[in-house]
Amino acid sequence: MKIAVLVKQVPGSESPLPIQSDQSWVDEGGIAYVMNESDNYALEEALQIKEQNGEGEVVVVSLGPDRIQKVIREGLAKGADRAIHIKTDTAGSVDPLVTASQFADALKDENFDLIFSGLQSDDVGMGQTGVIMGELMGMATASLAMATEVGDGKIKVKRELEAGWFQWVSLSLPASITIQSGLNTPRYPSLKGIMGAKKKEITVIEPSGGDAKQSLDKVYVPQSEKQTVMIEGSVDQQVEKLVDTMRNDIKVL
Amino acid sequence: MDILIILEDNNGNIHRMGLESIVAAQQLGSELGLSTGALVMGANADALAEEASQYNVDEVIKVNDPLLASYSADGYSEAVKQIIEQENPTYVLFGHTYQVRDYAPRVSAKLMKPFLVDNVALSTEGGKVVFTKQMFNAKLFSDVIPSGEGPYLVSFQSAAFSADNAASGSASVREGSVNLDASMIKTESEEPFQEEAGGVDLTSADLIVSVGRGIGKEENIPLAQELAKALGAELASSRPVVDAGWLPSAHQVGSSGQSVSPKMYLALGISGAIQHVVGMKGSKNIVAINKDPEAPIFEIADYGVVGDVLEIVPKLTEALQ
Ligand SMILES: Cc1cc2nc3c(=O)[nH]c(=O)nc-3n(C[C@H](O)[C@H](O)[C@H](O)COP(=O)(O)OP(=O)(O)OC[C@H]3O[C@@H](n4cnc5c(N)ncnc54)[C@H](O)[C@@H]3O)c2cc1C
Repeated sequence: MKIAVLVKQVPGSESPLPIQSDQSWVDEGGIAYVMNESDNYALEEALQIKEQNGEGEVVVVSLGPDRIQKVIREGLAKGADRAIHIKTDTAGSVDPLVTASQFADALKDENFDLIFSGLQSDDVGMGQTGVIMGELMGMATASLAMATEVGDGKIKVKRELEAGWFQWVSLSLPASITIQSGLNTPRYPSLKGIMGAKKKEITVIEPSGGDAKQSLDKVYVPQSEKQTVMIEGSVDQQVEKLVDTMRNDIKVL
Repeated sequence: MDILIILEDNNGNIHRMGLESIVAAQQLGSELGLSTGALVMGANADALAEEASQYNVDEVIKVNDPLLASYSADGYSEAVKQIIEQENPTYVLFGHTYQVRDYAPRVSAKLMKPFLVDNVALSTEGGKVVFTKQMFNAKLFSDVIPSGEGPYLVSFQSAAFSADNAASGSASVREGSVNLDASMIKTESEEPFQEEAGGVDLTSADLIVSVGRGIGKEENIPLAQELAKALGAELASSRPVVDAGWLPSAHQVGSSGQSVSPKMYLALGISGAIQHVVGMKGSKNIVAINKDPEAPIFEIADYGVVGDVLEIVPKLTEALQ
């Protein structure tokens, strides 16, 4: 079983997000980056499938500038066998048609049985790359996977539907699956893993071309429409005012 | 037609988010002078077509095909692609449902046309069509513009438009057809199912204390439990708390969890991402405690406290006891 896992480096959930003066994007200098949350689950799922099968290969694939080698190394340290870095000068296109085409071109000769990716990135959040790749590469696709079972040339996926519903879908291989967070418990890299990662191969390649068919016109901080009563003061004052608000305004005490 | 709305079947009725995209189409159509049409599909989409025809759109296209009896990404993406090719609209509008997430990117790839997803607004000021989307889990917004020739695929976030505002009318229904083959469908689907709720019914709760990733670690969950107990409230949570195994999934509020509307929803260390907010924004009073004054939750909160939940919550519990 040969599995590619697409991982993206994105700002952490508590990172500051300074906006560039021309409002075209965030100022990358001020950002603390992490591996995209659902990609981390995708990587774990791939590693577990390989371990259960007792054979196979997990390849981490990422697109972006040099800074993304940090998440690539993290993937290798957790147990991926090798990596492909599609190297761009900037963060890459926001148009998933371009990104997915670049991934598809990079992987077309690799003959992966499975392509795993997170269901959406925590930065732009287009949520399309893995699904588009499946289409471009002639693979079956399923999104929002909450469990997987591999066997007999097939993958069974428990898809999350709306409002707490689920559905099992069976797909023939090769398949491209987008993974929802929460389906496993992602491991932390071991010290041995971190040391071993240094010897693993990272193939750096150029992205293929492609014109973006959508772009960001302007990035900005949203304006609040609701009047929020802010409860201020020292912690003790805040607590006192909060109890007062619950008693006299919300009337739940 | 210029604007094609793709409507989804939700247990025999049009999905609410489909009705919301009718409102978007009506706005776009009237501001730009464009014609509108709606697509319904299924093994037998007669009833859906009938429902769709009661809205103010120029026409309804109905596609009945046995291969569309149950949903598959292969079948639906191919059918929608073929209808788009036949009708050649400039805009194709969807509600950003889980089903649309699953197959619409495939339509985009088949046509090599952009899919602008999950928008919260649209504007046609000065003739320039701009869509607005949330980024970075609702912390920033971005105006997004399509380029090149249409059709442009565009989806809207839940509640970006209000279904109540869909203007009614009486549209004609036209029979459409697609050319599908059973060999195109590479997936097999089982019946949808719901998991045991585990005795947690948040939907009828009057008071809810809801805990997010900001609680820090599993060992801190009892702080929220004690506060809930002191208030006589139910305990709920955001997704990451469930993902991490700190609370069972029956406690999750949001698009993939329960939808609640208590008298008071007290959010502890929850950022206010849209998938959480759709499940609790109907609460009568939203009180948020978050250490980040810029957290999006404060945009929908009635009362806000900027501070550390680990400091405030124990004191609040004590004051209430
Ligand atoms: C298809 C899909 C479906 C989803 N379904 C759901 C769903 O049903 N429900 C759901 O909740 N999410 C859902 N999500 C996930 C959602 O997008 C967010 O990732 C999630 O809601 C974030 O949870 P959070 O606010 O607890 O965590 P975070 O976004 O990480 O926010 C943590 C917050 O805590 C604050 N904080 C940190 N430490 C402290 C402290 N000591 N004191 C006070 N504040 C602190 C931080 O400032 C931050 O605002 C879904 C996502 C997708 C893509």
